Amino acid sequence: MESAIISSQNFNAYFGTNHVVKNVNMDIPKNNVIAVMGPSGCGKTTFLRCINRMHELIPGATTAGKMLLHDQDIYELNPILVRLKIGMVFQRPNPFPNLSIYDNVIAGYKLNGLKLPKADRDAIVESSLRKAALWNEVKDTLHKKGTFLSGGQQQRLCIARAIAMEPEVLLMDEPTSALDPISTSSIEELMYELKKNYTLVIVTHNMQQAGRVSDRTAFFFLGELVEYDDTREMFTNPKDSRTQNYITGRFS
Amino acid sequence: MEKRLQFRLTKSKVFQWIIILFAFLITIPLIAIIFYVLKTGLSKISWHFLTHIPKPVGEIGGGIANALVGSLLIVMVAAIIAVPIGILCGIYLSENKSSKIAYYSRLAVDILQGTPSIVIGIVVYFWIVKPIGTFSALSGSIALAVMMLPIVIRSTEETLKLLPDTLKEAGLALGLPYHKVIMRVIVPCGMSGILSGVMLSVARIAGETAPLLFTAFGNPYLTANILKPMQSLPLLIFNYATSPYDEWHDLAWGASLLLLIWVLLLNITTKWITRKWKVQL
Amino acid sequence: MEIVRKVLPKKVTFSYKKARLETAFKRTLLITALLMLMIAVGVFFTLVIHSIPSFRALGVNFFWSKTWDPVSNVYGALPFLLGTLITSFLALIISIPFSYAIAIYLGEYNTKGWLSGLLKNIVELVAAVPSVIYGFWALVVLVPLVRSLESKIGVAPYGVGIFTASLVLAIMIIPYAASLGRELIRMVPSALKEGAYSLGATRYEVLRHVVLPYTKSGLLAGLLLSLGRALGETMAVTMVIGNTSLLPDSIFAPGNTMASVIANEFTEADRTLYLSALIELGLVLFLVTLVINVVGKMIIKRFSNE
Repeated sequence: MESAIISSQNFNAYFGTNHVVKNVNMDIPKNNVIAVMGPSGCGKTTFLRCINRMHELIPGATTAGKMLLHDQDIYELNPILVRLKIGMVFQRPNPFPNLSIYDNVIAGYKLNGLKLPKADRDAIVESSLRKAALWNEVKDTLHKKGTFLSGGQQQRLCIARAIAMEPEVLLMDEPTSALDPISTSSIEELMYELKKNYTLVIVTHNMQQAGRVSDRTAFFFLGELVEYDDTREMFTNPKDSRTQNYITGRFS
Repeated sequence: MEKRLQFRLTKSKVFQWIIILFAFLITIPLIAIIFYVLKTGLSKISWHFLTHIPKPVGEIGGGIANALVGSLLIVMVAAIIAVPIGILCGIYLSENKSSKIAYYSRLAVDILQGTPSIVIGIVVYFWIVKPIGTFSALSGSIALAVMMLPIVIRSTEETLKLLPDTLKEAGLALGLPYHKVIMRVIVPCGMSGILSGVMLSVARIAGETAPLLFTAFGNPYLTANILKPMQSLPLLIFNYATSPYDEWHDLAWGASLLLLIWVLLLNITTKWITRKWKVQL
Repeated sequence: MEIVRKVLPKKVTFSYKKARLETAFKRTLLITALLMLMIAVGVFFTLVIHSIPSFRALGVNFFWSKTWDPVSNVYGALPFLLGTLITSFLALIISIPFSYAIAIYLGEYNTKGWLSGLLKNIVELVAAVPSVIYGFWALVVLVPLVRSLESKIGVAPYGVGIFTASLVLAIMIIPYAASLGRELIRMVPSALKEGAYSLGATRYEVLRHVVLPYTKSGLLAGLLLSLGRALGETMAVTMVIGNTSLLPDSIFAPGNTMASVIANEFTEADRTLYLSALIELGLVLFLVTLVINVVGKMIIKRFSNE
């Protein structure tokens, strides 16, 4: 694929001897939203966490195969550099409880020891919060602690925090499963806006969500990438029987 | 960017090694102490040492039989006093989570746990030694029992709190009276935690000196009369180590080795029992 | 069924005897709980009652008079208050890097495995060694070392003194803050740490900016509890502190703590005022450790409930 920003080649992941991601070959095109789906335990979250090298933080966790970012194998790069280019938003919003909203957004810079003049910092905070559709709600309370926001707002704060680092790819691990329907739809709208500037890879349990937001969908089953196609195509015309069974609800 | 990143990574690695260094430095004093006590004390121990009482200053020979017997007796009596009371109190506290008395009782247990051992010695002096008129092993045991109680109570309470309520309900539903449910169902189920609490408390007080300074006081002769002053290993070590006589220092070293072995054995046994019983649960 | 009919009672009757057994049991439980309350209250009152003669004769000046001379019946507690404070705080400061290093290592870098189990056992052993043995060893090994250090830096080479006592004390209190710290650090939610990692932080940065701020108050409580332990420690300190009643003029000077002066002079106190002064020191010791322990425990409780 020509404009593939992320490409996994014969990629495998293990927890000790437990082989949880099996020989995945997948190209992710730029400025797309890719949904990764599958029943519980199929390896989708593990695969996602391999893309920004979070998987290896768990003792005993290993990988094999190549994961390319723009033709460079990220497993040959420094993991910290990788994580500056590939950001992550987690299932449960996890803003830093002791920091204000402002400090949460800029936390990536502070943690990395990157010092910026105040004007630049203010600009980054405002732009990230705007892109995360949170600016108008918090612009007057930037110095309050992040934990006073609602669940949906906290999640958007985490999104702002991740995109403040200007990553190229944003990974989202079931980002709305802990949120109510209204927050969920506001985040889904956000995803549509975000893909103009970023590439999104989203693990989701919710097939309707995948249908609503994604351009392509990958279906994982028992650690293997079973089918990977244009979303509309996969949902109306699945090629593999396992995909068919999942979509029609035979297993969850 | 690369240079900056390299610096941060190096900083992280250096920090890790500093932490590891400082964490393991604590091994040095431990090994130094165990090694020194072993080296100096081993040569002093003999059958004679274990079966004879100390000789008057100037005469060679003698042993620490009075301290051995004394320590055993004092600790045993302390356990006999503290264990039943401690377990029963622990049962009360775990059964009455929110009563006013339970709240103040728990507070009292916390306070006693943090009280310096010498203060307890002072207090028991006025409660027991003064009225009776003489120092006694019994008063020493009582002082040690006061120190054991918070540990036994705490571990009993914590263990029993972890047991599910359904256990009690099952017993009651079978028509068992309350005291049988507690003593025949609940307590046996929590036995491992309770037992380890008991052993922990014994290990803790076996090496205590301060509470015995004005209660058991010490005795150069071998006696099994708990109403009389009695010698114990820690007391002997303290008195003889701070004396100016070399022969007494020798006795103190032998006694130190025995005390150290005893305390370490108690601690290891406690750990072994806890692990063994926990697996079965 | 015949057997069942024979074993079970024919009628369900109310038995006074059984009911009395029940009440007796419940009452016994209650009595033990009340007993603990009585003991704690009793400790306090005994100390107060026997301190009264001293308080009445010496008043509040007791606490800042610096002369302790039993022969002339003059009692001032300042040397011992100072001795206690200096040794305890010095010991605490010395122990901090080691306790925290152990807590961070066992709580973050190496939570499982044989090496961490080994360190945990070592720390528990350090806590298990009896105080007298620490004192004896310090007397014979540390004191000569300190003495040669003192002659090298040109201070009076006593060997014994506040510095030596603080050293031994530091070793003895390390396990307390270390084990508490380890529990707190282990409890930091991994979601928080992962958030920082995903932003590109190094392990050190996650520790510094996420883990340590999160556990700040709990670690403080651990220090308080260590301090409480240090304040009440008697035997090891008594054996190496030098036991003089003079105001210490440097950390290398000999001195005395409240606990050690009680241990040394209690059985020699032949006059009421003498004994009462010693007991007043005991009362102060009791109250100070009480406050520190209660405050420390409150902080921990509030921390684990958040």
